[in-house]
Amino acid sequence: MSEKQEFDSRLQAVLRRVYGEQIALASANRLSGGASQETWLLTLNGTGAPETLILRRAPEGMEATDDSRAIGLPNEAKLIRKAQHAGVAVPEVVHVLEPDEGVGEGFIMSRVEGETIARRILRDDEYAKARENLPAQCGRALAGIHRIDGSDVPRIRESTGLAQVEQYEQTYQEIGVCRPIFDLAIVWLKENAPKPLEPMLVHGDFRLGNIMVDEQGLAAVLDWELAHYGDPREDIGWMCTNSWRFGQSDKRLGGFGDVEPLLEAYAAAGGAEFTPRDIDWWDMLGSMKWGIMCMGMYETFRSGADASVERAAIGRRVSETEMDLVNLLEGQRHA
Amino acid sequence: MHDQPSVSELVQAVKNFVDHSAMPELKGRAAFHARVASNVLATILRDLEAREGNDAAEYERLKALLPGSDGKSRETLNEELRDKIRSGELTVESAALMDHLKKTAIAQLKVDQPKYSGLATALED
Repeated sequence: MSEKQEFDSRLQAVLRRVYGEQIALASANRLSGGASQETWLLTLNGTGAPETLILRRAPEGMEATDDSRAIGLPNEAKLIRKAQHAGVAVPEVVHVLEPDEGVGEGFIMSRVEGETIARRILRDDEYAKARENLPAQCGRALAGIHRIDGSDVPRIRESTGLAQVEQYEQTYQEIGVCRPIFDLAIVWLKENAPKPLEPMLVHGDFRLGNIMVDEQGLAAVLDWELAHYGDPREDIGWMCTNSWRFGQSDKRLGGFGDVEPLLEAYAAAGGAEFTPRDIDWWDMLGSMKWGIMCMGMYETFRSGADASVERAAIGRRVSETEMDLVNLLEGQRHA
Repeated sequence: MHDQPSVSELVQAVKNFVDHSAMPELKGRAAFHARVASNVLATILRDLEAREGNDAAEYERLKALLPGSDGKSRETLNEELRDKIRSGELTVESAALMDHLKKTAIAQLKVDQPKYSGLATALED
C-alpha cells in the first residue's frame, strides 16, 4: 500500500467512527497550506454523512508550526466550537483527530460554500450584495468573538497592543536592517498608545482571506490559529490595515466598506462603543506588524531555510507598508 | 567588460521566456511561483534602472537633514537618522524628516511594487 493509500485508509476509519460503517472515503485532495499545516477536501460516499468535508491537519512530527504565536489545531477546534455557541458563523467541527488514529493532529469540519479570495470578493458582481452586508456582519461577528470565554482552552496567550509593538520592535532589531520609517512608526505607536482595555478573546487574523464569503456576505470565520487575549480594537484595525484592502484603499474596511457600519453593529450587538478615530492607532500597528512579518518571511529565504522565489520576493513588499506608515504618520501630523 | 547583451537585456530575455514559454505550461503552485518570478524579474529591471539615481538623491537629502555629514557614507547617515528617530530628536513634527521619508518610500515603492495602492495615495497629496 502506498503512503497515500495508507493515509486514505486511516482517514476512512476515522470517518466511519464518526458516521458509521456504511460510508466510504471517495477522495482526499490537498488544497493548500504550508509545510506544517495542510487543508484537505474530503469527498464521501454513503448515506448519513455530508458529501464533502474539510480536514485541517499537521502531519505527525510537524505539530509545532513555524509561528510560535499559533495556538495549535486542537485548540483551534475548541475555539471554533465555542464561537459557534456564541452565535458566530463558523464551520462545524465534526471530529478532532486522536493520536491513535494515525493521521496527525487536527480536525475535520464542515465545508462552507463561498469564496475566500479577496480580489474576487472585492471585484466580482456576484459579491455586490455581500460587500454591502459585510461591514455590519463583521461587526456582529466580532462582538460575538470578543465575548467568548476561552479560559478552558490551553495555549491562548495574552498580547496587548503595546506588548505587540515591543514584540515586533524586538523582531525588527534582531533582523538588524536599518529602515528608519519603522523606527518612527514604533516611536509614534509607543508615545500614542491608547489606554488599554480589559483583555478579551480576539481572533488575531480577522481580514479578507480568512473569512468565507458567499453572495449574502459573511458565511464563516476561519483561521483561528492566532487567537489571543487582547484589545478588541486590534481585530477591527487589522481589517482596516491598507495591506488588507487589496488595492481598494478608498474603502477603509477591508477594501469593501466603511468602518462606521461595523462599529455601529458592533456596539448594537453588545460590544464597546468605538469611533473611527479609536481605530487609527491599530491601523498603524497593523501596517507596522505586516511590514515586519514580511521582513521575517524574507529572512527565511536569506537564512537558507526556504529557497522559494515567493519568500525572496516578499522582502520587496516591505516598502508597501513603509509607504502606508508614512501616509498614516502624515495624517496624524495634520490631525 | 562587454555588455552586449546588457544585464537588462538578459533579464528581459529570461522574463520573456518565463512569461511566454514556461508559464503557459505550468499549473498550480508552479504556475504561481512562475508569476512571482516574472514579477521579480520586472522588479530587477526597474531596480537596475533606478538604483543609482535613487541612492544619490537619498544621499543628498540625508546630508541636508543631518549636520556634520561630511565624508560619511549613505549607510552611516541612515543609521544616524535611525538613531535620532529612536532617541526622539527627530519626530513626525519635523517637516524635513517627513519629506525625506516620503520621498525615500515613494522611490523604493516605484521599484518594488509600482501598482501598490499606497503609492497612488502618496502621489495624490
